Amino acid sequence: MTAPPEVTGSAASADPEATLHGMSGKAIQGRSLGQIAWLRLKRDKVAMGGAVVIVLLILFAVAGLLLDRVFGVVHPNEFHQDLIDTQNGTLVPLGTFGGMSPEHPLGVEPVNGRDIFSRIFAGAWISLLIATLSTVLSVLIGTTLGVIAGYFGGWVDTLISRAMDVFLAFPLLVFAMALVGVLPDSILGLPPEMVRIGMLIFIIGFFNWPYIGRIVRGQTLSLREREFVDAARSLGARGPYILVRELLPNLVAPILVYATLLIPTNILFESALSFLGVGINAPTATWGGMLSEASRFYTLPHFMLWPGVAIFITVLAFNLFGDGLRDALDPRAR
Amino acid sequence: MNSKRVVTAVAAGAAVVMGLSACGGGSTSTGGSTNGSGGSSTTAAFNAALGQVFNPSDKKGGVIKVANADKWDSVDPGDTYYAYSWNFARLYTRSLTMFKPAAGKGSAELVPDLAESLGVPSDGGKTWTYKLRKGVKFEDGTPVTSKDVKYGVLRSIDKEVLPNGPSYFKNTLAWPDGYQGPYKNKDANTDSAIETPDDSTIVFHLKASFGGFDYFAMIPQTAPVQEAKDTGKKYKEHVLATGPYKFSTNEIDKGFKLVRNDQWDAATDPNRKALPDGYEVSMNVNADDIDNRLIQGDVQVDVQGTGVQAASLSRVLGDPTLKGQADNPSTTRLWYTGINPTVAPFDNKACREAVEYAADRTAYQTAFGGPFSGGDIATQLMPPAVPGAQKFDLYPAGPDNKGDVAKAKEKLAECGHADGFETNIGYRSDRPREKATAEALQQSLGRAGIKLTLKAYPSGDYFSQFAGNPPFVRANNLGLVQNGWMADWNDGYGFLAELVDSRVIRETGGSTNTSVRIPEVDQMLDKAVSETDKSKREGDWSAIDKRVMEEAVILPGVHGKSLLLRGKGLTNVFVSEAYGMYDYLSLGMA
Repeated sequence: MTAPPEVTGSAASADPEATLHGMSGKAIQGRSLGQIAWLRLKRDKVAMGGAVVIVLLILFAVAGLLLDRVFGVVHPNEFHQDLIDTQNGTLVPLGTFGGMSPEHPLGVEPVNGRDIFSRIFAGAWISLLIATLSTVLSVLIGTTLGVIAGYFGGWVDTLISRAMDVFLAFPLLVFAMALVGVLPDSILGLPPEMVRIGMLIFIIGFFNWPYIGRIVRGQTLSLREREFVDAARSLGARGPYILVRELLPNLVAPILVYATLLIPTNILFESALSFLGVGINAPTATWGGMLSEASRFYTLPHFMLWPGVAIFITVLAFNLFGDGLRDALDPRAR
Repeated sequence: MNSKRVVTAVAAGAAVVMGLSACGGGSTSTGGSTNGSGGSSTTAAFNAALGQVFNPSDKKGGVIKVANADKWDSVDPGDTYYAYSWNFARLYTRSLTMFKPAAGKGSAELVPDLAESLGVPSDGGKTWTYKLRKGVKFEDGTPVTSKDVKYGVLRSIDKEVLPNGPSYFKNTLAWPDGYQGPYKNKDANTDSAIETPDDSTIVFHLKASFGGFDYFAMIPQTAPVQEAKDTGKKYKEHVLATGPYKFSTNEIDKGFKLVRNDQWDAATDPNRKALPDGYEVSMNVNADDIDNRLIQGDVQVDVQGTGVQAASLSRVLGDPTLKGQADNPSTTRLWYTGINPTVAPFDNKACREAVEYAADRTAYQTAFGGPFSGGDIATQLMPPAVPGAQKFDLYPAGPDNKGDVAKAKEKLAECGHADGFETNIGYRSDRPREKATAEALQQSLGRAGIKLTLKAYPSGDYFSQFAGNPPFVRANNLGLVQNGWMADWNDGYGFLAELVDSRVIRETGGSTNTSVRIPEVDQMLDKAVSETDKSKREGDWSAIDKRVMEEAVILPGVHGKSLLLRGKGLTNVFVSEAYGMYDYLSLGMA
């Protein structure tokens, strides 16, 4: 990838041909890299659709956080065992479509009769929060170490690359389970739930950085030999300046794209941890937790459908947006 | 395949079931409580194999297909501790005594198997003598002698070579000092523990008198093993059969096949019918898949005998035809929540009582699987099927069994926490029922102001590292702990000893009992064990039960039940109360 030639100047200094195409008298504005990308992105209907869904999801998640306090909806952890069939012992929701009713628009869970709609609602913010923050953590660590490894090379590169190998080979799930065992209830006076969320963000984020680190390192390796870096260097620029001002702007595109693609992966990873009992503590609703619980009741499709749909929409939206972003930032990669 | 015939057969079956339910389904209530070893039935109805024999037949032939959702701990008779494995091992081994293969209450009775009669006690119950039947042979034609039985018991006490089996013989027989089994002390004289005066007599010497030694003799560890053929850990690859079947192939942890053992003589064996020509066993089959195959008829026995999975529950109970293929026996398992007096504020009895009152028992039962798959609401420790159990309820939970919140609040005020308090509840992360129960308790105790935080721990180390480890329990404020207990056999001692004796609690962890630390109960246990009068002893068990409940250190949940599916085409099906599942010895397939 190269930095596109800077488009500077104005219509006045442009060649006469340019004025033939331009609107009479109106000056042609110069566009920065970001503006061009934004224009391309805006034209990409699919990517914009993804972006809109993401914004809606964030609003949905924020609403879910305030759910029972503001909206007065059914509490997500409240049991409604009167709505399930205890008489015949089947423990499935009474009524059709998993007990759908005006009070419980998506039905209720088997066995305990908790309202699925409010649980999907309440689970949104946890899923998004963990996925986003752990992605931010991965990106921060991965970019920093990747750029350093790629730019400086030599023993620094060897050290960081081997560290990546170690992290990639780390038995993550075993580590997560062990960590749950030794972690105290509350750290620095934080409630247990916050400690658990923080731990998940740490585990998912801290152990995922080598993936992005490798991509950044590879990109840096090819970039540092480029003419514009040589030019900066010959003008007397030193390491940190070149890293931050010359290399990083050119790395923004792959980092952004990879980050948007990492978020859905992390949502699924949180589900896996919930399934193993090292995710968020029960009874707090998470989509992954709901899904893994539903897998025991494969004869009741509705129970699995809703958290599945929620994860599906989120993953798809982030993926579409990430794809569009990549096309916009680097059209030749299409 | 003739699909038409299948359809009509199913339709006919459905019609029969509907006809039965129109009559009021009275036949379902005959199970369990009647003495019923004589009854039988050929119509597929709910509980048709409970308390009576379903589809009685003496026809030989066919192969029974058996599936296991997990793998065996070991098929070596000296190295196995699952009830289903003990039930199944009787097909290829013979121990001194066995549970009678009979429907209803009869199945809890012990009958002689390899021995001619039950044990003859002498020396006040410290010495037990058995005479072996004549003419019993191993599959290689070698006659079984009392030395082979003795060697079987000797090898089973080496827990390094054979780690899985129970330790009753190791703990109760009068072993010479420092004896560690025949692998480590090859030529040690063990006559102080087991004597074999001749080839058909075996004498056991105990450290202290014990009236229930015939139960020990039922354990597959008394199955004969030839010293010359023993390969230690590898013996499970080829167990030499004494029963009517022997291994033809045996792939460890994958599956095995049993075929007829031509050296077995029916004349030496009044208990076994040996109807099918063989058994095909596969292991590590997906549990939901086993349910489906049972329904379709590809598999006849789910060998673990713990009942159908959550997904199949609604299917079986919601469909009259399938329900007609199901049986719903009680097990002698108690699912409960331990209330740890070592964790504040549960050091105060009134705080513990508040939990007993506030718990919603109906929600507990539903969370544990409901009245069919979960069990009956428990108000005391001992399941009704255990001899001596008496029903009582010290903490009435209101007319609808949903808990008495007002009374709970009263108790909270009494213990100085009128506004409630916070504590943690531990459960096994891979057990959805324990998780649902913990969530249910969080809801119901929350009504009284007791706030629970849920703590999931891996089940593998649940007792050694977490919920059964006293320092961990104290450090992590585990006020409540989900737990379950079932005796090795149906008897007050077997049920209560590990559950309420405070002396089994080790600071290093590993005990099932986590919360019962009442010195008086320990003394009552010792007194009951030495009581020789059976009815007095059974009264003692109930008194212990009551004393523990008075201290409110256990919140009883449900007395377990399981929903079993009868395999298609099986004959002679009945539930053995001793094992709480189908009797695998008597099934036929023709």
